[in-house]
This record gives sequence, C-alpha cells and structure tokens, in this order.
Amino acid sequence: MITWPDAKGRFGPFGGRYVPETLMNALIELEEAYLKYKDDPEFITEVRYLLNEYAGRPTSLYFAERLTEQLGGAKIYLKREDLNHTGAHKINNTIGQAVLAKRMGKKKIIAETGAGQHGVASATVAALLNMECKVFMGEEDTKRQQLNVFRMKLLGAEVIPVTSGTRTLKDAGNETLRYWVSNVEDTFYVLGSAVGPHPYPMMVRDFQRIIGDESREQILKKEGRLPDTVIACIGGGSNAIGMFYPFVNDTSVHLVGCEAAGKGVDTEFHAATMTKGTKGVFQGSMSYLLQDQGGQVIPAHSISAGLDYPGVGPEHAYLKYSERAEYVPITDAEALDALQVLSRTEGIIPALETAHAIAEVIKRAPKMSKDQIIVVSLSGRGDKDVETIMRNLGGNRNESH
Amino acid sequence: MNRIDERFASLRKAKKAAFIPYLTIGDPSVDISFEIIKELVAAGADCIELGVPYSDPLADGPIIQRAAQRALENEINIPVVLSLAKRCREAGITIPLILFTYYNPILQMGIENAMELFLAHQIDGLIIPDLPVEECEEVRDAAQARGLHIIPLVAPTSNDRVAKIVSSASGFVYCVSSLGVTGTRTSFFEGIDSFLDFVRQSTDLPICVGFGISNHDQYKYFSTRCDGIIVGSAIVRTVEEALELLKSDSDREQGLAHVRQFLTQLVHA
Repeated sequence: MITWPDAKGRFGPFGGRYVPETLMNALIELEEAYLKYKDDPEFITEVRYLLNEYAGRPTSLYFAERLTEQLGGAKIYLKREDLNHTGAHKINNTIGQAVLAKRMGKKKIIAETGAGQHGVASATVAALLNMECKVFMGEEDTKRQQLNVFRMKLLGAEVIPVTSGTRTLKDAGNETLRYWVSNVEDTFYVLGSAVGPHPYPMMVRDFQRIIGDESREQILKKEGRLPDTVIACIGGGSNAIGMFYPFVNDTSVHLVGCEAAGKGVDTEFHAATMTKGTKGVFQGSMSYLLQDQGGQVIPAHSISAGLDYPGVGPEHAYLKYSERAEYVPITDAEALDALQVLSRTEGIIPALETAHAIAEVIKRAPKMSKDQIIVVSLSGRGDKDVETIMRNLGGNRNESH
Repeated sequence: MNRIDERFASLRKAKKAAFIPYLTIGDPSVDISFEIIKELVAAGADCIELGVPYSDPLADGPIIQRAAQRALENEINIPVVLSLAKRCREAGITIPLILFTYYNPILQMGIENAMELFLAHQIDGLIIPDLPVEECEEVRDAAQARGLHIIPLVAPTSNDRVAKIVSSASGFVYCVSSLGVTGTRTSFFEGIDSFLDFVRQSTDLPICVGFGISNHDQYKYFSTRCDGIIVGSAIVRTVEEALELLKSDSDREQGLAHVRQFLTQLVHA
C-alpha cells in the first residue's frame, strides 16, 4: 500500500515544506487539524453530503461511443467532472477544505486563482457555508478573465488584483501566502492545486481522489476490469493526482499526464514542467519547475490559463521520477483541435485544460486494440473558454478539419 | 573566528546593539549598491545583509519585491553579489557580510559548491528565509563545516519550535518582530517584549530583531532590548525614493545624501 507522503511531507525526494518560519506554525496547525478530521465520521459525512447533494456527485463515467468509433481503437470512457456544480473538479477540493476551515473555527477563507475556476469554486463554497472570501488573482488574469471576476463578485467574494512579479497565477499564489502569514489567526487558505508546502499536496489529493475512486468502481462495474490507460491533463496537477492515485497500485494501468507545450517545447512559450523543467524549490515544495540556471523561476505559457504554471505538484514529480506515470507535452494547437473533435463527436465542449488530455486520447487510442480501455478525466467544461477559443479559431472555424 | 562572532563579542563589551542594514543588491545597479554600502558602513553598520534578488520572494513585502524586480532586470544573481562582496573587502570593508538569499538559487549552484564560493568570497553568514529548521540540515552542515553561520528566523508564532531552532543555530538569532512579511510598520506584535524574553531565555546567542523597523523611535526601543536591529525595507524604500537621482551621474551625490540623511535619522536621530 502507498504510504507517502512521509511525516515530513516527502514523496521520495520531492515535497517538504520550504516556507518562511512565520508560516510554519500555521501549516503544522493545518496538518494536525486535517489528520484529526480526515477520518472523523461526522466530517466525512458532511463532505459527502455536500459533494452528493450540492455538487452533484457521483459524476458519470460515460462511454464515448462516437469518439471511440471515429478513432477506431481503444474504448474511451470520459469521467464527467465537467458535470459538477461550477463546471469542473475544483469544487471537490474547495468543499473539503472549507468544511475543514469551519471545523477549525476559521470564519474567513482566502484563495489564489489563475483563470478564475478555483476562485469561483472557493467563492461558491464561501457563500454556501457563510464565510468571508478573498480571492487573489494576477492583474493580467483579471483582465483576461473578466467574466470570472464578475462571477466571484456575484457570489459575494472580494477579488484582489495582484501586481507583483508576472501578475499571473504564481504571483497570486505568492501573495495569498503572504496575506495568510499576516492573518493566520482567523483565516484559512484554500489552496487550489496539489502543490505548495505540506500538507497541501496530500490534502488536495485526498479531496480529489474521489475522481479516481469513482472511476475505478464504475469501470469495474461496466467492463468488469481495470482500464489499460488513464489520462488526465496537468498544470499543478489536482485533477490528475485525484484520477491517478487510486490506480497507482494497479501496476497494469498506464498513467499518462498531459502538460501544456504551448507554442512548442522548443520555444520559450510553454508550461512543460515535466518535459523541460528541472528539480528545485518553488512555492513551498521540492519538485520540478521551469527555471533559469541561477534558479529564478521562468514564466510559463499556455493557451489554457489553468495549465499556465511553471511548477507541478510534488507527488507528480515523484510519479515521474519513479517512472510510475508518464508525462507528455501537448501544444496549444493540438489542444484546440482536440476540443473541436470532442465537441463534434460527443456534443461536449471541454475546457481548454481538458482538451490537452483529449489530444492525447486522439493520439493514443488508434494505436490501441478495440478490446483495450482508456479512461480520461474530463476535468472541466469549456463554457469559460468560449471567448478564447473564438479568438484563436477566428473566422476559420473549419480549417483544421 | 567568524567575523559575526567577533563583532558581537566587542559590541557586548561596549554594551551596544548592532546595526544591521539590508540592501537589495543591483537596485538600481551593482555600482550604486557599492556606493550605498559605503554609506551604510559610514553610518555605523556592524554587519550588512547583501540581498540576492529573487523572482518569488515569499517572505518579502511590496518594497523589497519591487527592488528585487528592478534588480532582476539587471540580471543580478549570486555570483554577481559575491563579486560585489569581494569588491567590498578590497575597499577595506571588514565588517561581517551576510548573504540573504532564497533557497532555490543556492540549491541550483550545488550546496557544497555554493558554500566553497561563499567562503572564498569572505561571506560570514547566510539568511535563507524559506529554509525552516526541518529542511536545513544539509545546508547547515556544509556551512558550519566551513565556519559559516546559518542565521535562523524565529517568529512570534514559533512557540515550542524556538528551542529546536536555536539548538543548531550559530551567529545570531533573527527574531521576526511581527506576523507578516518584510515592510515598514507603525506597530508591532503585541507580545513582542515577552517574545524577545522567551527567545533570550532559550539561547546564549545574540538575538537581533527585524521586519518593520523604520524609524528612530522603533530603533531606540529595540536597541535596549536586543543585541542587534535589522533594517531592510526602510532602507530599500529610501533607495527607491532616490532612484532617479542615483541613476544619474550628475545627481548621484544628491541621491546618496538622501540615503545618508535617512541613516543618520534612523540610528542617531
């Protein structure tokens, strides 16, 4: 059985807790509270109730018959996280963390967001649980994602534009941690991905593993056996680790993470942390990251704001290092193509993040035999991206096919 | 003997608190940082923190963040800061020099290699704000084997961690004055006095206080309660105020005078 992370929050050589001393007490307090409540039946019941009755779980594992037919290879199943309330897997984690915050007696939550999905999911649970919510968002991103800024405000949250550094997700994360240091007494930091200092990567994984747990059970019921390949997109890696984790001990199941290659891994414009990154410390943990020789963090690029991040969760770094999972780069163009394919074959417009996973399915399924099975995490719906998609496809919407 | 130890020994005899200024190196240029360091020495600095700019400075507030961003545009990294340290030594500056850097740049140099270079460039100690005691062992062993001090931070929330932190420390203990990031402040953590007492009782090492000290009253208050006062953002802000003057060859003296005036007010009033 898997026993990581260890007591120091280590996944092999990755993870840990690289933060200023001013944060250590808060992280230890959080870890103690999480360990206390995670197996508490009342805590589990409350989280499950909200996931089922409010967010709409369990989500279906849908056999994508037309896509399977068109690709002519493996059977493709879509884990429909896009059907969750707020349109993506993010709510699984924000429900878990916000209920924990309540148990810890914290009345205020803070969150970082890139595209705004985690910000919206945090603002949603804050409204639901009657908590005050501040969302830190890079100033650049507030301009690119005005609709999500408005959504968060509608839900009663305050959106704080971050003007430091590159004014994007990583700087929003830094600023949220800084704010937390100063307001640690009454404030809970709801971190949105499987990154950051221990216990966040473990905690976020545990709240997201419901994706993989349900998928495993559903595929066993439908097919009577485990899938051959499980595919998910990866930025920080919360939906991917949630999908992968319950399959990690099933060594026959091939795990594939799809990261953003942007304009190409040989250009300066990508977010391919696994393909091009090196080992280092970033935002509180040891992992792979995009950095220069002097150890300064290099800005990432992806058409998908949710994958536009120069780091990756430490457990994914370990899955790569231990060769348990494979990580592949998918370009902006491949993701856009895949998005159109899924839209037309299945009537599902996926999020741009998710389209990276679909692109890998399109590459991989035809090379597999018809009795093989792929399960792919359909992590989010594409409504939020329609403007970006329209801008990128321009007037030539049919050109790629 | 390490210069930090020597300096605190003589300050203890003189019953004086150390003045420890911090400067982000390379803001607006290495040459001007060198000129400012000479002002810091002339103002009575007992030790100087040479700040290595970093892309993601988690422990720093907006003033030092901005300075770091400006410095990074000049491609300042650890080797550049080390060559400035060497230049200081060649100019006859003998006070202890402490490198203030986040962990990743050291990690990328290779820990052993980095420590060799620090020693060769007559650095006396290191402050690595994102390396808590739990993750510190490898760096501390490599540093202490070469007589370099790793200066640990303790915070008002450290509580029972203080004993563990100071047990392996050397040089001095950096007491963070309040919860939050670096920056100038008008008020400090309420229990600051009992916090300082608590740290004092936990160690024989000198204890210095930093984060937020920006005027003479605050300086004076802490100089009777601890062994040293660290001033960072207030100095970096003064440099920022004089940035245009400092960058101009003809007005530089005026810019330096602005910094000088602030230092005099801060330390001597």
